[in-house]
Amino acid sequence: MRLKTLVAVLGVGAVVACAPVQSGPTNTSTDEKTGQLRVWLFDEVNRGPKEAVVKEAITEFQGKHSGVTVDVQYIQVSSRAERFKAAFSDPKSAPDVAEFGNTDLAGYVSAGGFSELDLSSWSESKDLVPTILDTAKVDGKTYGVPWFVGVRALYYRTDVFTELGLKPPTTLDEIAPLARQIRQRKPELIGISAGGKYLFAALPFIWAQGGDLAKQDGGKFTAAIDSAEAKAGVTKYTELIKDDICPPATCAGNGGDASVEQFRAGKAAMTIGGDFNRKSVDASSAAGKYGVVPLPGKTAGSIAPAFAGGNLLGVLKGTQRKTLSNEFVQLLASKKYQQKMYTAMGNLPTFADVQKQVSDSDKFLEPFTKTLQSGTKFVPVTPAWAKIEAQTVVPTMIQEVVTGAKNVDTATADAAKTMNAAFAS
Amino acid sequence: MTAKGQGRTAFAYLTPALLVLGGLLAYPIYQLVLISLYDYGQEQVSGGAPLTFLGLGNYQNLLGSQQFWTVLGQTVAFAAVCVVGTLLVGAFLAILATRVRTWVRMTLFLAALGAWSTPAVAGSTIWLFLFDANFGFVNEVLGIQGFSWTFDKWTAFGLVAAQVIWCSFPFVMVTLYAGIKAIPGEVLEAAALDGASAFRTAWSVTLPLLRPIILVVTIQSIIWDFKVFTQIYVMTNGGGIAGRNLVLNVYAYQQAFAASEYGLGAAIGVVMTVLLLAITLFYLRALRRSGEVL
Repeated sequence: MRLKTLVAVLGVGAVVACAPVQSGPTNTSTDEKTGQLRVWLFDEVNRGPKEAVVKEAITEFQGKHSGVTVDVQYIQVSSRAERFKAAFSDPKSAPDVAEFGNTDLAGYVSAGGFSELDLSSWSESKDLVPTILDTAKVDGKTYGVPWFVGVRALYYRTDVFTELGLKPPTTLDEIAPLARQIRQRKPELIGISAGGKYLFAALPFIWAQGGDLAKQDGGKFTAAIDSAEAKAGVTKYTELIKDDICPPATCAGNGGDASVEQFRAGKAAMTIGGDFNRKSVDASSAAGKYGVVPLPGKTAGSIAPAFAGGNLLGVLKGTQRKTLSNEFVQLLASKKYQQKMYTAMGNLPTFADVQKQVSDSDKFLEPFTKTLQSGTKFVPVTPAWAKIEAQTVVPTMIQEVVTGAKNVDTATADAAKTMNAAFAS
Repeated sequence: MTAKGQGRTAFAYLTPALLVLGGLLAYPIYQLVLISLYDYGQEQVSGGAPLTFLGLGNYQNLLGSQQFWTVLGQTVAFAAVCVVGTLLVGAFLAILATRVRTWVRMTLFLAALGAWSTPAVAGSTIWLFLFDANFGFVNEVLGIQGFSWTFDKWTAFGLVAAQVIWCSFPFVMVTLYAGIKAIPGEVLEAAALDGASAFRTAWSVTLPLLRPIILVVTIQSIIWDFKVFTQIYVMTNGGGIAGRNLVLNVYAYQQAFAASEYGLGAAIGVVMTVLLLAITLFYLRALRRSGEVL
């Protein structure tokens, strides 16, 4: 009991005495033109080609600026949150330039981590695809340059479709009956590998119905996941995770990787996969017997709006070499190096003309670039989104519907409530 | 030496221990309580936003959430099953160890130590492999390929509980075995001479003598199992389908720390600390009432 009293006394004392620690944002006015430029890029499974392109850019950069060295650190994607949080809390350990995911942007900006970029003097910037550039903006201000973009489309098994005499779906509504029919005739196959945690596969279903996760009104977000349109989308998507298409016991816990894995293992007739999944599918049992079409929209011939994922290059707020950092970002994100990155890693470029160039030379990319050109969408640009994602609000909602724990009305209403709480805080 | 001087000397001797305790226990708890009273997110940590004092706001938020109570109930039930399971398995094997030949005992101890020394993440992953729906050894043996152990709420909890018991029974077993071995032979001999049955000896002689040890292992187990994180996080992929396998620690991580809501996370931490203290105190008092001198 004494300890409790002690805790209570300390608590009260603390309230009177002081507050938790805060580190101040260092908004340095120094702008040095020499020295070491520190850069953080993401590590990848097969980093070699990426590293080679980056080295080339560094050599070019160091050639132009004498007395400047560029030090690149490759950080793990899985521990990025901790690394960036630490960097923002202690600017001394922070890099000058960093690669980061566009879904993390709003959180990083509100944490005071990245500085605004002025792209007006950069001639190439006018060719950036507008909807992709939007993913680098918070409240109309640009905080990064889109380095590459990732977009998803519908993968299907050509051998299965030929054998059963089927054609890829032309509307969103056709997907479920088609998948059901495949599983009925080939019970060992999953009709379409959809996942209960595969948010980026579920979003196009919601967007195609005209729904959205949230709507913005005068800078304030409110959840829209419980609107009639969004609910229609949720219904359409969750219909796929049923025993007659993709059994919940297998699919309800799957995220993007696990969903594509079913397709790779030859256990699924269709799945939703990204342009970035190509290499792994080509190295699987589905190699050579699959095709890709854009995920169809509500009406025949239309394309469901896809999620525009991808990574940005930005300049940290605490940098002491702002001009150099800006120049390095513009070099690494330039058309020339995006083209090289495409060749090296298969990363889709963010410039309209470069996109066209690469898809003209590689037919595989066509469904993806078509999807990009028909307009992509994004998650709500607010730091609250990072919270909503960490709390797995939307996947939980989908899983609740799939397992029958709640119906669509209740599940979406509850999700909207949690989301609104996050938006309000 | 005067009484006052004696007190001072005693205090001087105790100072190093107090300093260590203060540094390791009091200060973190102080910080925890402090943070729990603020709206303390990543913005506030890195200085991008001002601190707001919430008072008991975080607690109100937490205690007002229906999910918190569900998760709390699950945590208590899950911990109870794990504690009872661990104690039963550990005690049974400890008794077994006293009755078998040396090489059997050695094998048993080696196997138990193997389970004990396996890191939690590795152990959980191995169990997942064993119970994999399609390629798992267990499903192969049972002939139920395709059955997912981690999908259903109860099989998932059962699987994780089995894993927790598997990696925590060795501590109970080794401690109890040492306790049984430390009971003087004369005492048991005396009981035998008085004509006590084996059951009577166990109940009236061995058990009371083991009581302090059982007390320690029980409290340890309660604290460990209440705070389970790794097994649930790894084996149910962060709390199961639709979060139905969440326990308090994973819930705190997901709702608060991963979401950068450190204030709320600290509040959950304080609630857990208070709960564990309460359980421990209750347990100690119940024992004292039943005549045990601690």
